[in-house]
Amino acid sequence: MRLTCPYCGERDAQEFVTRGAAVGPRPDPAAPDALRQFHDYVHLRANPAGISVEYWYHAAGCRSWLRLTRDTRSHAVLDVQLAAS
Amino acid sequence: MGYSFLTLAAQAWSRRRSWEPVWRDAEPKPEYDVVIVGGGGHGLATAYYLAKEFGVRRIAVLERSWIGSGNAGRNTTIIRSNYGEPGNTAFYELSMRLWEGLEQDLNYNVMVSQRGVLNLYHSDAQRDAYARRGNAMRIHGIDAQLLDEGQVRDLTPFLDFDNARFPIRGGLLQQRGGTARHDAVVWGYARGASQRGVDIVQNCEVLGIRIEGGVVRGVETSRGFIGARKVGLAVAGNSSRLAAMAGLTLPIETCILQAMVTEGVKPLIPGVITFGAGHFYVSQSDKGGLVFGGDIDAYNSYAQRGNLPVIQEVCEAGMALMPMLGRLRVLRAWAGNVDMSMDGSPFIDRTALPGLYFNGGWCYGGFKATPASGMCFAHLLARDTPHPDAAALRLDRFASGSVIDENGLGAQPNLH
Repeated sequence: MRLTCPYCGERDAQEFVTRGAAVGPRPDPAAPDALRQFHDYVHLRANPAGISVEYWYHAAGCRSWLRLTRDTRSHAVLDVQLAAS
Repeated sequence: MGYSFLTLAAQAWSRRRSWEPVWRDAEPKPEYDVVIVGGGGHGLATAYYLAKEFGVRRIAVLERSWIGSGNAGRNTTIIRSNYGEPGNTAFYELSMRLWEGLEQDLNYNVMVSQRGVLNLYHSDAQRDAYARRGNAMRIHGIDAQLLDEGQVRDLTPFLDFDNARFPIRGGLLQQRGGTARHDAVVWGYARGASQRGVDIVQNCEVLGIRIEGGVVRGVETSRGFIGARKVGLAVAGNSSRLAAMAGLTLPIETCILQAMVTEGVKPLIPGVITFGAGHFYVSQSDKGGLVFGGDIDAYNSYAQRGNLPVIQEVCEAGMALMPMLGRLRVLRAWAGNVDMSMDGSPFIDRTALPGLYFNGGWCYGGFKATPASGMCFAHLLARDTPHPDAAALRLDRFASGSVIDENGLGAQPNLH
């Protein structure tokens, strides 16, 4: 598998580290049900068979965090963006 | 028909003309007491023990493809019970004891071969960790021997003991561990279940779970609706997809685990050997091929096929341990979808939905657990209380803090 980094261009997937699904911001620790929210945030996964949006890190390249859209059934990469954008 | 010396001799005498299929390929009925989704080893074992040990009638096993076509046919056939964490140790030892009596119980040759599982250590710290694990096993009545370098040299002289980076200092041996024939396990359980009236329905994909009044009523399948009082999921690899049909989110990610086999050679490796300085394990099949594997591919996937860089990494680890491996050619490599749980341990539990029961999260260790998984899941389905040896395998253990994290890696499943 090859990924197209917005800075570095098409590179071998071995240069990247996957962090997992790009889920929303961390829960509010002051919320009344913060314990349950953090449990779900840390431990539960949608784990889709199909389109998945994930954070990847270009460890052996520009060291950018990327937001990757890909298909978990075919390994096809549909979109790569900088996570900061 | 039962198998015995007499029936074999009679079949040979009659030129084997009257052998019959060993299990019945059933048509689905409109309703069952228990429907088990997933015709792999775990699903079929569950049906077998439900019928045999718990006297449940009207059971169906639904399989999307043919039985044993998923991870039951893709694993590396290793059986062992060398676990050190409370919650796992007794469960896997139950499995080991069931393996030891399985052929007599099933009247079917599943080729259980207790040729030993040897975990190598390469440093003082690793020796201490293995000594601790071995002691935990022995306290539970499980066999474990801590071998020094000389004893390992006697057992497996072909390893690279004086490797400059990872010298082999010794190993932890479980002599009762070994291998079993994975397909025969599927067929043996299917035969035993079928003989007790279980309907094994193939080419029957579950497309939805019917819920009425907050209770499970059955499953929608590619062959129509099938009613059920209880539905048990045993679909590791696809657990999240099935659970999503019931509106549940699981502490599971799906990854791919690869395995490889070389061309066949004469008997070479006495048992199962695992590398302690990298992730690599190897055994030799009865046909002669060396079967080996290592880490899962790092990212989530349902593709059932892996990547070359991981194959390369596994082979490099193999070469570091056993340089003669380089003289052999790899014939095949394949991959299975595995349920990676957040602590590396499985689940056998009720779900929040009445009537829906869950068995999954086997990570890359499902095969060895097949008999105990079936026994404990059957216990749960029949009696609605967990089997004592599987009581810790709960879905809510992350909320309660009672995690069973053998490797101490936390909620990062691709590292387990």
